[in-house]
Amino acid sequence: MPLDAHLIGFAEALRAEGVAIGTSELNDAFAALGEVEWTRAAPFKEALAATLAKSPDDRRVFDLVFERYFFRAAEGAALEAGVREGAAAEAGMAGSDRIDFDALREQILEAIRDGDEAALRDLARLAIAAFGRRGQGSGVLGVDVQRIRRALGLKSEPPGLVKGEGAAQELPLTREQIRRFEAQLRRELERAQIERTQSLPPARPLNELDRALPSGPAQDLAAVHRVVTQLKRRLATQGHQARGHARHAHVDVRRTMRASLETGGVPVVLKYKPRRPRRPELYVLCDVSTSVTSASVFFLSVLHALHDSFRRMRSFVFVERISEVTDVFARERSFKAVSDAISKDAGVADVSGYTDYGRVWREFLMQVEDDLHPRATVIVLGDARTNGRDPRADIFAHVAEKAGRTFWLNPEPKLYWNYGDSVIDAYTPYCEAYECWTTRQLEDFVRALTRPGYH
Amino acid sequence: MSTPVVPASVEEVADGLERVGYLPGESTALVSYLAARLGKPVLVEGPAGVGKTELAKALAKYLGRSLVRLQCYEGLDEAKALYEWNYRKQLLRIQTEAEGTGWQAVQDDIFGEEFLLPRPLLQAIASPEPVVLLVDEIDKTDQEFEAMLLELLSDFQISIPELGRIEARTHPVVLLTSNNSRELTEALKRRCLYLWLDYPSAERELEIVRLHAPDLPDVVAQRLVEVVAMVRELDLKKPPSIAESIDWARALLLLGAQDIDQQTFRETLSIIVKHRTDLDTVAERVGVRLAA
Repeated sequence: MPLDAHLIGFAEALRAEGVAIGTSELNDAFAALGEVEWTRAAPFKEALAATLAKSPDDRRVFDLVFERYFFRAAEGAALEAGVREGAAAEAGMAGSDRIDFDALREQILEAIRDGDEAALRDLARLAIAAFGRRGQGSGVLGVDVQRIRRALGLKSEPPGLVKGEGAAQELPLTREQIRRFEAQLRRELERAQIERTQSLPPARPLNELDRALPSGPAQDLAAVHRVVTQLKRRLATQGHQARGHARHAHVDVRRTMRASLETGGVPVVLKYKPRRPRRPELYVLCDVSTSVTSASVFFLSVLHALHDSFRRMRSFVFVERISEVTDVFARERSFKAVSDAISKDAGVADVSGYTDYGRVWREFLMQVEDDLHPRATVIVLGDARTNGRDPRADIFAHVAEKAGRTFWLNPEPKLYWNYGDSVIDAYTPYCEAYECWTTRQLEDFVRALTRPGYH
Repeated sequence: MSTPVVPASVEEVADGLERVGYLPGESTALVSYLAARLGKPVLVEGPAGVGKTELAKALAKYLGRSLVRLQCYEGLDEAKALYEWNYRKQLLRIQTEAEGTGWQAVQDDIFGEEFLLPRPLLQAIASPEPVVLLVDEIDKTDQEFEAMLLELLSDFQISIPELGRIEARTHPVVLLTSNNSRELTEALKRRCLYLWLDYPSAERELEIVRLHAPDLPDVVAQRLVEVVAMVRELDLKKPPSIAESIDWARALLLLGAQDIDQQTFRETLSIIVKHRTDLDTVAERVGVRLAA
C-alpha cells in the first residue's frame, strides 16, 4: 500500500476512536509531511500529531492509535513480502546456550536509564528468547509481559529521596520507565506471535481504560475547577437576550458620537451603554450523609470550586439538619482544610445520621426565605434518599417557586433513581434533575444550562 | 531589526531558537518550522509558565520579525483588537470643513485610512514587514471573539465595512496561546497546527537553567532541577514555572549557595511557590527531604 493510502487509513482509525478529523486536517497533514524529513520516525509522527491531534486527550489517543496502526501496517507488509526474522534470530542466539539473567538485567537497567529505545528493543527480544527457552510462555501477552518483568526483578519504587551526597547516586526506576520496557516487550511478543501464526490479529478498538487520562484526586480537583469556571460564564450570560429593553439605560456618549458621524454629526440615533450582566446569586445545598460518602468528596470539591468563582454565593451542607458553611469556605482556602472543618464542626447529623429532606427544606426556607428572589439559582447536590421519611415536596416546590431556577444534581446513575427509598420523582416537577458523578457529567450539566429555548 | 530569516530545516529552527536563548523541544522546533513554511497559525496549549509566550518572542527574534502582541481578556471586543475609527479626529474634520465642502467629499474623507486607529490584529495584517502575531491567552475571550478571528486566521484578511477588505501584505506567523481554561471551538482548532507544551524533562530543564545562569555550580543546578520537579508533583494551586526556576537559579547564584540545604530552601522558597497554603505544603513535603 502506498503512503497516502496508509495515511488515510490512519485517519480513519483515528476517527473510529472519536478524534474529529476533517478533510482540511488531512490536507494539512500531507502539506506538513512535504516540509519535513518524513522518512525519520520522530518528525513523521510529530508532523502528523501537530496537524491531526488538537487537544491533550486527542494526542493521547493519537499516540496509541499511531503505535497500533503502523505496527500492524509494518507487520502486514512483512507478511505479504514473506520477511521472516525469527529463524535467523534464533540461530544467532543458539551460540550462547544460556543467557545470564543478571547480566541481562544490568543491561536493561542501563538502557532504561539512558532512554535508549533501540537498545531496549533488542534487550526485550533477548529477554523473550531467554524466557521462552524456560518453556513458561502462557500464550497471553499481558501475562507473559508481567512474568518476564518479574523474572528480571524489575520493580518500580516510590520517588527517591534527595540525599545530601553528590548527584551521582543511582536513581531507582520510575513507573514510567518500567512501562516503556513493558511496551517494548509487548510489541516484540506480538511480533513473534504474528510470525508464528502468519496472520494479523483482528484490530480492536482501544478500551476505555487505555484512553482515559491517568488521573489522581489532584487532577480531578483541577478538572472540577475548570468546569465550574465555565459554569460561571454560562450563568452570568444566561437569559439576557430574552430580558428585553432595560427601562433606564445610560447613553454611551462615545458610541453615540461615533454613530452621529453617519448623519453629519447630528446625534439622531442614541446608543446606550450595554448592561453589564448581573452577578448570579447561588444557593447550593450539599448532602454529606453516609449514603453519598463516595460522592461527597466530589460534591465538596464542586462546592469548593464554586466558591472560588462566585462571590455572591451561600452554601449549606445537610444530613438531618442544615448548616450554613459559607464562612468556612471564605476562611479556608485549601480543599483539605475545608473538608476537615466541615466534617468536624458543621453539626449536621443529629441522631440517626440519615438524611431528612423534609426538615432540611423547612430549615432552609426559614433561613433564606426573605433573600430568595427570581434571579437566584438554587442547586441541590444529593441522592434524594429519604430513608422512608416524608419528602415534603410541597416545601421544596415553595423554594423552587421563590428562586428563579432550581437544579438537582444526583450522584447516582439514572438506573437507581426512584429505586428503594429514592424519591427524586417527587422533586423533579419543580427542578431540572441531572445525573452527576463525574466531571464529564458536570460538563454536560453546564452545557444543558445553555441549551437554546431553555430558561 | 535584522533581515528576515526563512528557515530551511527543522534543525535550523532549533539552532536559531537556541541562539536567542530558547531551548525548544523536538516537537516545538518542528511545529515552529511548519508554521513558518506552511503559513498556518499555531495553537499552543499547556500549563501556565512553560514558555508559551516566550516561544513567540524567541520566534520573532530568530526570524528577525517584530512581535505584535494581543493580550486577550474577558470582554475584549473588536474595537480593542481590530480597529476603531478615530471619532474625535473625524468630528474635528467635520467641524473645520463644515462650510463649503460638499457632503460627498466629507463623507469620503472621514472614512479614509487617516482616521483609522489600527489595533494589534490590523497592525499585524497591514504591516509592510512580515511580523509574528501573538494572540495571548485566547481562552480568556468569549466565543464571539473567536469567531471573529476565523476570517483572519484562514484568509489573513479583515473586512471593514466602510473601507472594504484589507488583505495581508505579508504573511504573519501567528501563535495563539491558551491555558486550557475552556475548550476552544472546533472551527478555530481546525485552522491551526497544534502544539502541546508541557513542563520540560529534568535534563532539558537543567539545560535551560544552565543557559540562563551559566555560573551556577553544577551540583546546585542539578539539585534545583530535582527539587522543582518534586514540587511540581505536589498538588499545588500554582506549580512553579520555568521562569521561576530560572529566577531561583539566579537568586541562588547571587547568594553564593554551594548546595540547596534545608535552610537555603526555606529562605528562598518564596521565589518558586507563591501561595500561603502552597508554602506550607511544600515546606512540609519537600523541605524535610533535604539535608539539614
